[in-house]
Amino acid sequence: MAVSRKSVLLDPLIENNPIGLQVLGICSALAVTTKMETAAVMSIAVIAVMGLSNLSISILREFIPPSIRIIVQLTIIASLVIVTDQVLQAFLFETSKQLSVFVGLIITNCIVMGRAEAFAMQNGPLDSLIDGIGNGLGYGLVLFLVGFFRELFGSGTLFGSQILPLASEGGWYQPNGLMVLSPAAFFLIAGFIWFVRTIRPDQVTED
Amino acid sequence: MQRNSVNYILAFCAGICLVCSVIVSSTAVGLKEQQDANKVLDRQKKVLSVAGLMAEGEVLTADDVAQRFETRIKSVVVDLATGKVDESIDPSTFDQLKAQKDPATSKAAEKNRAGVSRIPNKALVYQVSQGTIGADGSGFSLEQYIFPVEGKGLWSTLYGFIALAPDCNEIKGLTFYAHKETPGLGGEVDNPKWKKSWKGKLAFGPAGADPASWAKTKVEVVKVKSDKDHHIDALSGATITGNGVTHLLRFWLGEAGFGPYIQSVAVRPS
Repeated sequence: MAVSRKSVLLDPLIENNPIGLQVLGICSALAVTTKMETAAVMSIAVIAVMGLSNLSISILREFIPPSIRIIVQLTIIASLVIVTDQVLQAFLFETSKQLSVFVGLIITNCIVMGRAEAFAMQNGPLDSLIDGIGNGLGYGLVLFLVGFFRELFGSGTLFGSQILPLASEGGWYQPNGLMVLSPAAFFLIAGFIWFVRTIRPDQVTED
Repeated sequence: MQRNSVNYILAFCAGICLVCSVIVSSTAVGLKEQQDANKVLDRQKKVLSVAGLMAEGEVLTADDVAQRFETRIKSVVVDLATGKVDESIDPSTFDQLKAQKDPATSKAAEKNRAGVSRIPNKALVYQVSQGTIGADGSGFSLEQYIFPVEGKGLWSTLYGFIALAPDCNEIKGLTFYAHKETPGLGGEVDNPKWKKSWKGKLAFGPAGADPASWAKTKVEVVKVKSDKDHHIDALSGATITGNGVTHLLRFWLGEAGFGPYIQSVAVRPS
């Protein structure tokens, strides 16, 4: 194996971040990042789905008929997402209510299928599992960053506990209403991409 | 066999579908009990919280919730058309949402602004007791009524409860236990501060008025408050959700909803 397992796991965090460099999976990153708690649960769900889908697709890669490989990948991913959703409803009921449809929409998250097609179809099960987890972590990292700023400046809280006392409750902080709206996530993700490409100019795409 | 042959592809499809469906259905069936328990627990928690028997952010075990629910709350099934309590139905097994969907136990609603399409013939009302209720039903003294309500917001149907004092006029609280409104905007109907602003408002006419003189539900979510007894400050960025809340309360506290029951039990000024 030319690339080490460590770089398979860690590259997707900054070097090859699925949101930052590949700009995939933006929609769910807008929807679930108003609170850290939902961002965290969503990240864990995506990591689980990506790890398992990459693993199972990689095991089956020698047997999947090339002409229907995409639909087979989707079937596996969809099944895993439903299982994840059911588990969340059983054990994390409150959070799953807040995440509502977005857990189901992991199916349509381009990162999951992108990695299945680009990596799991060519590599062994263990490498694929690590790659899935790594990309899930990269996605989760961005969700965490965006969620951190949106919850802190939008509601003055972190994981639901008050950090900045709100003006409406006698404190000094006037919450920024833009932060709880979807465009704020766009600005933050753009800021993240800008920051990463400034310290790593090799990621800048040619005009 | 070749990987591109039609037979192989069909066999592979069948195999993968079979395996996936077994995994999905066994998870769904295996976790169903836990999920249903969560839903009942969630509902009971919301009833307790709107009744003021559970503080905001208080963490209770499932047993605590069930125990508090049993000792402080009496459930009755009410016939909506006549406003009479129906003793023949056991409230603990009565599933109102199911009854509402079944044509045998519900009827189509007239066109209404709350977006309610079917009304159940019978509905649950919770009566909260001031003191502990004994196993034989002794020690019950009415503190408030809790009515289930539902109606369309912007994206979704909001399901919740409204608590009224024994005069059926003063609002004790309002809580929604299920909705899919925009988090941070319409989703702020869950905000404890907003929910608190309902306390002490009047659902119908002026305080102390004869219930017979109540023309209609007057409580309203508005942007500019001019009537301190009946107006609730709207949530910014959530006009449609706020209007939805107004309409659903008007519907369920009105003639088609709990109106007849409310008229029959509301304490009249002596």
